[in-house]
Amino acid sequence: MTQATTSGSRTADVCLVGGGLVGMAIALGLQRHGLKVAVLDEGDIALRASRGNFGLVWVQGKGDTLPEYAQITRRSARLWPDLARRLRETTGIDVQLEQRGGLYLCLTEEELQARTRMLTRMRDAAGGDYPFETLDLAQVRDYFPDIGDEVAGATWCPEDGHLNPLLLLRALTEHFRAQGGVIDNGGRVQDIDRQGEAFRITTPAGVWSCAKLVLAAGLGNRELAPQVGLSAPVFPNRGQVLIAERVHHFLDYPTGHVRQTGEGTVQIGDSKEDVGFDSGTTTDVMAQIAHRAVRLFPLLRDVKMVRAWGALRVMTPDGYPIYEASRECPGAYLVTCHSGVTLGALHEGPLADWIARDETDLPLEVFHAQRFSL
Amino acid sequence: MPNVSAFERLPCRPQAKVTVFVEDDPVEMQAHDSAAAAVLAAGLLPSRTTPADESPRAPYCLMGVCFECLVEIDGTPNQQGCMIAVRDGMRIRRQCGARDMHGEGPHGDA
Ligand SMILES: Cc1cc2nc3c(=O)[nH]c(=O)nc-3n(C[C@H](O)[C@H](O)[C@H](O)COP(=O)(O)OP(=O)(O)OC[C@H]3O[C@@H](n4cnc5c(N)ncnc54)[C@H](O)[C@@H]3O)c2cc1C
Ligand code: FES
Repeated sequence: MTQATTSGSRTADVCLVGGGLVGMAIALGLQRHGLKVAVLDEGDIALRASRGNFGLVWVQGKGDTLPEYAQITRRSARLWPDLARRLRETTGIDVQLEQRGGLYLCLTEEELQARTRMLTRMRDAAGGDYPFETLDLAQVRDYFPDIGDEVAGATWCPEDGHLNPLLLLRALTEHFRAQGGVIDNGGRVQDIDRQGEAFRITTPAGVWSCAKLVLAAGLGNRELAPQVGLSAPVFPNRGQVLIAERVHHFLDYPTGHVRQTGEGTVQIGDSKEDVGFDSGTTTDVMAQIAHRAVRLFPLLRDVKMVRAWGALRVMTPDGYPIYEASRECPGAYLVTCHSGVTLGALHEGPLADWIARDETDLPLEVFHAQRFSL
Repeated sequence: MPNVSAFERLPCRPQAKVTVFVEDDPVEMQAHDSAAAAVLAAGLLPSRTTPADESPRAPYCLMGVCFECLVEIDGTPNQQGCMIAVRDGMRIRRQCGARDMHGEGPHGDA
């Protein structure tokens, strides 16, 4: 690694701003193309959805108002086993990917019917190719013997799954570094200038120069995008998550609100709160989350909570990603999404290929930020 | 218990004596000692094995942070021994692996 000086700048073929799950997945994909890649990231106090999420690789219901989003979500889910295998082979880290299906549990009949209607619409939009089933309580019991009597039923999708998002971030980072990638935690990128064919990126620790630039800075994209002729109207949405002590395996499948990790930890989510940039926790919301979990699985009543946290989702006005190349500054790209775990394999694969080659079969037009100004 | 404890009690204000049972062996403790202290005094090593890879562990931080002191106390699994004071007649056992929620306590299903 070269040390930055005030006069000289460090160079890479591609610089990514943001070292979360989105940035690291794309960074790895770009390395497949033989590119020299640098990731510019902040320090530990940054807002980082990638370190506080729920770990679902979730398909059912994703893209209910945008068929292209449903398509890329399912494409990513299909690509996940290969990425997980490559990460295990190269780093020895098992990201604990399981894709044997998942259940979305509903406590009321109305909720269950509404979900069934939504998934039926999605199946129609996909020309019949959209696997799901509606289960009543007796059928849910076949999946979860410990399910609570208050549960009305569930929707089941065989393409859902989950993984350990912290192990994933570690595996991505280790593999990236092992292949010569540089992660510069020099602080917040402040200015991006265009100098001829190159971008000049100023951080508190120095200057980087690169031919291509990818903005993958989560909530930070809002301020960075206008500097390269793009727009990223992203805003924070808080989720609080509870972690319970490790218990014997009792969940064979993930659900939308409760899942069990490979080590037996129970993870319980999550709230959706509009509280600005506050990533804290509150007793009332934690109590609501715990209460719902106990109604779903009454045996959790005596299980001890050991941790809780709040994390900020990177949301767009319609909840769908922004994938866009700058027309004003060719070579600059914006990638931001909610569901960066689910979409991780898409980002490492076809999305990185698009940035490397400037051609793709992905339906990117529908993901341009222009849709928000129409 | 075959292990001989390396712990030696320093002279300090005397407290009431209580007897606890560590894996059925009686251990004499003072009233304000913790269950983790009893585990160490009894030389119960390891006092737990981890759910992830069954590696052997014993009380470590003694201040509620590391969760290495998990033991079963009076039939309740996964108790943080360092945060619980001894009681006369308390029964402390090894915590082997993850807690089993079935068939235990008033809310157990099985
Ligand atoms: C509670 C919760 C539950 C979730 N559950 C799931 C789930 O089950 N499944 C799923 O698929 N997704 C889930 N998500 C969403 C997922 O976590 C995010 O989509 C994903 O982590 C976004 O990754 P990112 O890299 O874009 O953002 P971040 O992780 O926020 O990373 C952005 C990075 O950019 C850096 N940065 C920002 N500005 C600058 C700057 N100016 N200069 C330098 N660096 C900068 C930051 O330091 C940070 O490291 C959840 C999110 C939350 C909050
Ligand atoms: S010894 Fe660390 S929590 Fe008890």
